[in-house]
Amino acid sequence: MNIKRVSVLAAGIAALCMAISASANTLDKVKQSGVFTIGHRDASIPLSYYDDKQQPIGYSMDLCMKVAEAVKKELNLPNMEIKYQLVTSANRIPLLANGTVDIECGSTTNNADRQKQVSYLPTTFVTANRLVYKKNSGIKKLADLKGKTLVSTAGSTNIKGVTEMNASQNLGISIVSANGHAESFLMVETGRAAAFAMDDILLAGLVANSKAPGDYEISGEALSVEPYGIMVRKDDPKFKKLADGVISGLMTSGGINSIYDKWFMKPIPPKGITMNVPMSANLKKVIASPTDSPDPAVYK
Amino acid sequence: MNYNWNWGIFFELEPGASGNYLQYLFGGLGWTMITALLAWSLALLLGVLVGTLRTTGHKGVERVCLAYTELFRNVPLLVQMFLWYFVLPELVPRDTGNAIKAMPPPWGSLVPSVLCLGTFMSVRVAEQVRSGIQSLPRGQQMAGLAIGLSRTQTYRYVLLPMVFRIILPPLTSEFLNTIKNSSLALTIGLMELTARTRAMQEFTFQVFEAFASATVIYLIVNLLVVLAMRQVERKVRVPGFIGAQTHTVTAGH
Amino acid sequence: MGYDFDFDVIERSWVYLFREGMTFSVTLTLLATGLGIVLGTLLALMRLSSYRTFNMVAGTYVNTMRSLPLVLVIFWFFFLVPYIGGWLSGSNQPMKVGAFSSALITFTMFEAAFFCEIMRAGIQSIPKGQMGAGYALGLNYRQTMSYIVLPQAFRNMLPVLLTQTIILFQDTSLVYVISSTDFLGAASKVANRDHRLVEMYTFAALVYFVICFTASMYVRKLQARISIVR
Repeated sequence: MNIKRVSVLAAGIAALCMAISASANTLDKVKQSGVFTIGHRDASIPLSYYDDKQQPIGYSMDLCMKVAEAVKKELNLPNMEIKYQLVTSANRIPLLANGTVDIECGSTTNNADRQKQVSYLPTTFVTANRLVYKKNSGIKKLADLKGKTLVSTAGSTNIKGVTEMNASQNLGISIVSANGHAESFLMVETGRAAAFAMDDILLAGLVANSKAPGDYEISGEALSVEPYGIMVRKDDPKFKKLADGVISGLMTSGGINSIYDKWFMKPIPPKGITMNVPMSANLKKVIASPTDSPDPAVYK
Repeated sequence: MNYNWNWGIFFELEPGASGNYLQYLFGGLGWTMITALLAWSLALLLGVLVGTLRTTGHKGVERVCLAYTELFRNVPLLVQMFLWYFVLPELVPRDTGNAIKAMPPPWGSLVPSVLCLGTFMSVRVAEQVRSGIQSLPRGQQMAGLAIGLSRTQTYRYVLLPMVFRIILPPLTSEFLNTIKNSSLALTIGLMELTARTRAMQEFTFQVFEAFASATVIYLIVNLLVVLAMRQVERKVRVPGFIGAQTHTVTAGH
Repeated sequence: MGYDFDFDVIERSWVYLFREGMTFSVTLTLLATGLGIVLGTLLALMRLSSYRTFNMVAGTYVNTMRSLPLVLVIFWFFFLVPYIGGWLSGSNQPMKVGAFSSALITFTMFEAAFFCEIMRAGIQSIPKGQMGAGYALGLNYRQTMSYIVLPQAFRNMLPVLLTQTIILFQDTSLVYVISSTDFLGAASKVANRDHRLVEMYTFAALVYFVICFTASMYVRKLQARISIVR
């Protein structure tokens, strides 16, 4: 009975393996169902987050809406419905791959590893992996966290990065993963963790919206370079061409500058705080020549 | 979508460089078993206490035990985990709270998980113990008192030994439930088997390989525990008293 | 206690919590219970049948589901259902399945295993004479089952079925791990956004307690009323 049970299960899994050979074709799918699902985040301020009415807004969201409009026009579907699906760092890639979302508009780092599973539109933001910690903790860089607790968000490149650095440099840091950026930041706020490793733009947003922004400091040390790109399914040339065209178009025409200003230089919901992050030289460079390269050296 | 299969992922090194992914998952299994065993010990301790107290016939005590049972039964386990992990440190005096929060991982997650799981399962154990005692002929307790034993002694030497033998099968399934429920500790940061499976999926994007291995590991553990308990049951069984509980179907898992 | 409570947050958010969160939890519970009992009864009949294949398939399914943690099963179905849907519908695309549908399928399939065991006990508790009498009257297997045995089994096991439903309701909180917005998920979102973990989680615990306690009191009363004296 027990051997039988395991072998029936094995047969079931094998059957499942055979079922998973489907090709991606987003435009056909949207045409068939009339629905275009946008994956978004809940706390990646100001790229993709909830305002106080639980509506998803942000810099990446605005860019995705442009892509959605292009899809609507291309497929000639004036009644195309746009659905929103909350994703997390941990499940955004599987959900894109299995068709639950058609495009992921958040704060997703483009790197070679991920490009084995998904494709990216041209890079729309360049950020760096840094730490945030309380000013009075005496921490300034990663090595200061020896014997302390570092938190990062599950599924992010940051947590993978610090885990590898911790091992290779033998730093002896206890690394904890939390479900989302808000939870991770809360751990630093309540004192459960000494620091939170995340992309600096997201850290700036979280600090600005926290109860006491003056208590926190973001490290000067950058642990890695993180180029953000909107994610789409792999091996889907028609949709990628369309979407690439939209983003590159915005870059060459200069339309992206006003979208950037709206979210980084002006007051944003929910608290009307201004991020005040002028376009970095790295970002100006990629806007001048759009690229979806995963190689960090390109962005220096 | 193209899913690229890679069963060789298990022999690749995990980012923390503590071993390959297979060893990483087995480490998680270790944490699962530690949590389950510690929680089960706590559950047995509290459960036997509460279960026997409910049969004493003392109204006040019985009401307290009833309140305890109802409290832990009617709140979902996940919500209880959050209460132990997030809420408790804020409700105790500030210094104790800070000390609790400063507990390094994994103890910071292990202690609340064990306490939460232990108290939750103690209710189920209490119910089993109570119905076990009530299924014994009333004459047993009367005989015990008649030969001069005190009430405590009657419980200790006459009733409880029989009760444990009778309720061993349902207790086995409660232990298996404890192992399964330990997976909820992933929400408060304990890197047990399911948490590590999810981490593996996040690092490698090999969703199916990761979850398939976790499934197989849980099934094997289940099998081993059932087989082991069957041996124990065979040893301690009292002929003529084959589990009063074995054919009663109750809800739950 | 150095914590400054702010129960205001509950006042500001309870509409959202109940309208979005509780609706999700309750709808999921009711639908999964209904479908789960149907599937569970089917599985129970398969397990009790004399055909070895049915027996084995149903038995394997039930034992597997009962050996796995619900969290693991939720993850499985969350990532797997779109592929299965695509394969079943014959298209070459993974089918798009929302969080609710995926959760519904998960809970139906998981709880069906437990409902199966309950219904199996229920069917087995009906005296064999009932089947015999049915056949004697000229009814076939299907008619005897549906008109004579199953109604009685269902009535006998009603309190246990309802208790399992209450447990299902508590389990819906686990969709937290796939970031779905059930009642607990909604409370968690508000808690993280407003930094008010203590108030929100305590409130959530209270609400769950009230609902489950009332329901189990009702089941207890029902059990007293419908128990058949043999």
